[in-house]
Amino acid sequence: MIEVRLHGRGGQGGVTSAELIAISAINQGKYAQAFPSFGPERRGAPVMAFVRISDKRIRTREKVYNPDIVVVLDPSLPTIVNVTDGLKEDGWVILNSAKDEKTLREILGGFKGKLAVVDATKIAIEELGLPITNTTMLGAFLKATGLVDQKYLEEALEHRFGRLADKNKAAMARAIKETKIYA
Amino acid sequence: MGKRIAKEVSIAIADAVKLAKAEVIAAYPITPQTHIVEHLSELVANGELDAEYITVESEHSAMSAAIGAVATGARTFTSTAAQGLALMHEMLFIASAMRLPVVMVVANRALSAPISIWNDHSDIMANRDIGWIQVWAENGQEAVDLTIQAFRIAEDKNVMFPIIVNIDGFVLSHVIEPIILPDQEEVDAFLPAFKPKYKLDPRKPITMGPVGVPEIYFEAKKAQDEAFRNTPKVIKRVWKDWAKRFGREYNAVETYRMEDAEVALLIMGSLAETAMTAVDKMRDEGKKVGLVRIRLWRPFPVQEFRRAVSKVPVLAVIDRAMPPGAVNGPVATEVKAALYNAGRKPRVVNFIAGLGGRDVTVEDFEEMAERAAFYRKKRPKELYETIGVRES
Repeated sequence: MIEVRLHGRGGQGGVTSAELIAISAINQGKYAQAFPSFGPERRGAPVMAFVRISDKRIRTREKVYNPDIVVVLDPSLPTIVNVTDGLKEDGWVILNSAKDEKTLREILGGFKGKLAVVDATKIAIEELGLPITNTTMLGAFLKATGLVDQKYLEEALEHRFGRLADKNKAAMARAIKETKIYA
Repeated sequence: MGKRIAKEVSIAIADAVKLAKAEVIAAYPITPQTHIVEHLSELVANGELDAEYITVESEHSAMSAAIGAVATGARTFTSTAAQGLALMHEMLFIASAMRLPVVMVVANRALSAPISIWNDHSDIMANRDIGWIQVWAENGQEAVDLTIQAFRIAEDKNVMFPIIVNIDGFVLSHVIEPIILPDQEEVDAFLPAFKPKYKLDPRKPITMGPVGVPEIYFEAKKAQDEAFRNTPKVIKRVWKDWAKRFGREYNAVETYRMEDAEVALLIMGSLAETAMTAVDKMRDEGKKVGLVRIRLWRPFPVQEFRRAVSKVPVLAVIDRAMPPGAVNGPVATEVKAALYNAGRKPRVVNFIAGLGGRDVTVEDFEEMAERAAFYRKKRPKELYETIGVRES
């Protein structure tokens, strides 16, 4: 079973990212679970969402404490939230940032593990006209982990966004190309 | 056969209500029930569900409107949580005593104060004696299945009681997971139209709910309870038919890995799935731990329950509501009453866990099983113990 924790700010669509990953995995025939950090939605406040993906039925309903993958949607979060908290030793950190690898590893407290970085805010503004990075970060997630097929994510985007799906698909595709892997 | 899809459990429940072709929905939105009624109002507004959606100014009115609607012979649904259920309280007794089969999903949430929108069972535990059939769902599939079944059970001429399907707020209501929604034809074949023997109809006026003077009130209540205690016959028949049609089994008491168990956990609701994970882990380590869940909480299935726990030496009952001033939590109190005169019975230890959204982890369930095992040789405390509370 793979466990994912997404960090974002209220309104950035972190919960939607989690949902789209789970929907894609389920449509691909796997078992998956997506849920938000339960609470009132507050625009701008740090929020989390969780995903579990497995080949077998998932029964546990506890929160994700030891993620295999951490995805951070907002570039300002790693300095104020300990995003690597509980991360498994061989786990991934996938960041939205324009900063270089060395700076980011320092911000993450000397993080030595697998790192994937994309300037998702820039891509989102150029492709969607909005700094909403949730669908862009799906591209980075896909590039780093390969956990779901692009085809299923695209289907999920079409289903969720309708006429806005193409722009989101373009943002995701660009992120797949532009994500830098430091592993 | 329905298709396996990814859906938020709340949305799937609304879709189940649509498949059941509810005719009246009277509801007031409250977290964490909101997505259920929001989606239903969408379905009605879009013309996908041919129903009257009554927006009301409170849950008291929601239940009042539901009672009126079902009395006219309309298939009726509502949903609420926590303070909303508390506000309905007065009307809940009216629905059951007047034998009006309203179907309600409760997205279980803590009662204030302190204000909490998060999951526990204090809302429904304050409503144990309302005379409604009460069942528990552990996952999204069960929430869908039980919601559809609820209409057939409640409206059966040998039942005619309202029913609550309990789903844990957030922990279940807000999760996306794989769910099979039955096809419309399958539901139509399973669920006959609601045809009550008596209904409010201006062309054929009758009186419903007249005064019960001292000469008749007691008899009326006795008759009500006898009829209520008879409902499991129909409930079991409906579950059997469901298993035949859809391949998914439901039982009044469910057990998991109880063979040769030396300690059993007992919990109701979706955290039973986390408990299963803990049981699997402990079994892998050679520990003889099992799990019991009461699916049918009202009427309480005494015989099935006694059978399920007759061989286990210690039973750890997990309550998710505080019992102010009582010896034990409501589930343990019930369980002890059911066992007191039984021949073979386990020792019962009561844990209170997961109040107001406090997570109950696999590790917590392991700890409860370990602590319970200790009582094989020692008499348990009469008072409950807590799990996951900071003491300092």
